[in-house]
Amino acid sequence: MRKTFINTLIELARNDKDIVLITPDMGFSVLEPFFEEFPERSINCGIAEQNAVALAAGLALAGKKPYVYTIIPFLVERAFEQVRLDVAYMNTNVKLIGIGAGFTYGAAGATHHAIEDISLMRSLPNMTVCCPGDNNEAEQIVRQSVNNNKPMYIRIGRHNRGIFDNNKIEIGKASIIKEGTDIAVISTSNMLPDAAGYCKQLEEEGHNPYFISMHTVKPIDKNIIEKLVNNGVEIHTLEEHSIIGGLGSAVAEVIAESGKGVKFKRIGIPDTFSHYIGSQKFIKKQFGLYFGEEE
Amino acid sequence: MENSILKEIRKTIVRMVHKAKVSHVGAAMSVVDILYTLYFDVANINKDNITSPDRDIIILSKGHSSAALYSVLYHRGLISSDDIEKYSIDGGSLPCHIDKEKSPFFEVSSGSLGHGPSLGAGFALAKKMDKKAGRVFVICGDGECNEGSVWEALMFISTHKLDNFVFIVDYNKFQGFGATNDVIEQSNIAERVKSFGFDTLVIDGNNLDELKKALTHKSDKPIAIIADTTKGKGVSFMENKLEWHYKSPNDEQLKIALEEIEEKY
Repeated sequence: MRKTFINTLIELARNDKDIVLITPDMGFSVLEPFFEEFPERSINCGIAEQNAVALAAGLALAGKKPYVYTIIPFLVERAFEQVRLDVAYMNTNVKLIGIGAGFTYGAAGATHHAIEDISLMRSLPNMTVCCPGDNNEAEQIVRQSVNNNKPMYIRIGRHNRGIFDNNKIEIGKASIIKEGTDIAVISTSNMLPDAAGYCKQLEEEGHNPYFISMHTVKPIDKNIIEKLVNNGVEIHTLEEHSIIGGLGSAVAEVIAESGKGVKFKRIGIPDTFSHYIGSQKFIKKQFGLYFGEEE
Repeated sequence: MENSILKEIRKTIVRMVHKAKVSHVGAAMSVVDILYTLYFDVANINKDNITSPDRDIIILSKGHSSAALYSVLYHRGLISSDDIEKYSIDGGSLPCHIDKEKSPFFEVSSGSLGHGPSLGAGFALAKKMDKKAGRVFVICGDGECNEGSVWEALMFISTHKLDNFVFIVDYNKFQGFGATNDVIEQSNIAERVKSFGFDTLVIDGNNLDELKKALTHKSDKPIAIIADTTKGKGVSFMENKLEWHYKSPNDEQLKIALEEIEEKY
């Protein structure tokens, strides 16, 4: 998905001279093609995330379209106040590209895990939060981001399990991959392949699930959730993120305020850090978040 | 130092903080000569060019001294007397810390310390990329230089040879909860900034001649100006007193302050 991001950005940058790429020293084997084609618009500002984000805001105030690329915890959490004030509060045209959604950097340990970012970014006024689940969603979201002159967070994940959402993507609108009747499986980010497996499991149990990708967590697509609630459809949310404040919370808020109730289940990371040692897949399994093929 | 405009600017500041019953007046009085020299003498900023990419950019990173900026902009004719009257009151126009939505002359919002240098670096870099004229002046406090983000920005600015960037430290020697050099040693700040690759000048930051000379200095390196100032400058009972970071003058103190400013300037 990182390659999809950079290839799409390169294409966009060929037609838009204001696009600037900033990285606080991250991107080995991914960002080089952009640096080679647009050296004057590529900035490695060193391992200084606070500077990276505020620098981007300054560039945006001067009319540029900066994309800041680094691993999520260092972008979202290390530089959170710069994100809050220099991007969200000042409403600057900065695109924050966080890589390593959920347990993407599983073996690297909890310092590199991204399990609170959706919650944090969702709470910021002016911020759009996109969490593509496969390369089709990622490409279309990055493509649309360039024409959106507002702050945006794009959560880039990793899985090599293929394309699951072939739909035309619209930021802010849920993508219905499959219609159903009794249960709706709503997934975001890295969980998309697992949501496909989870749907299959439900089908084997005799259900007819909706398969929905909520690639935009903010603004959340209220209409689709309210429609499901009105039809009495049970809802399950899947996210490679803490169950506090992420997709599950966002969906729960809409259900709670709908004035009606449906059965509801959040599937995500419980309120804990991972101390497991191992790959993304291994750690997902420990938290019951892997619904894929067994080798 | 005779200067009737600067006299009125200082009076406006003490009237504003008295009326609104807010403070940071000491920090406003130390930085006001820097802002006056920039807006009245050095910087290319006016009503006609405020959206031009070739204009100079001024960023008051130490946003708590906003009363000084507001007063200078008002006396320069860039914000209105109505704005000044509505400083920090319910439903007012000007907040204690700068909100860029309130005027096109506020280049950035500030209030949390240590953001200005990086924001300014972004403006300066954009000017370089597009070959635009104008310089970027960023004013930080000496206490503000405790923030690591200030130094992240300085490293970046010298590495990228942003010779259109001017870093100004309002070295008033007091910060939130103590004397600057007791909290975190800053007496060698000029050497430190110089070692980061800046053409560094040390001046009397309440002296208009020295300010003008330094602020018009040109170099092939980014410039740093360590402006040695007096916190609370112009009102004897506020000068070098930590408490005036927090206190607002009462009616009697306002009267004395206005009289002193009238005599001194």
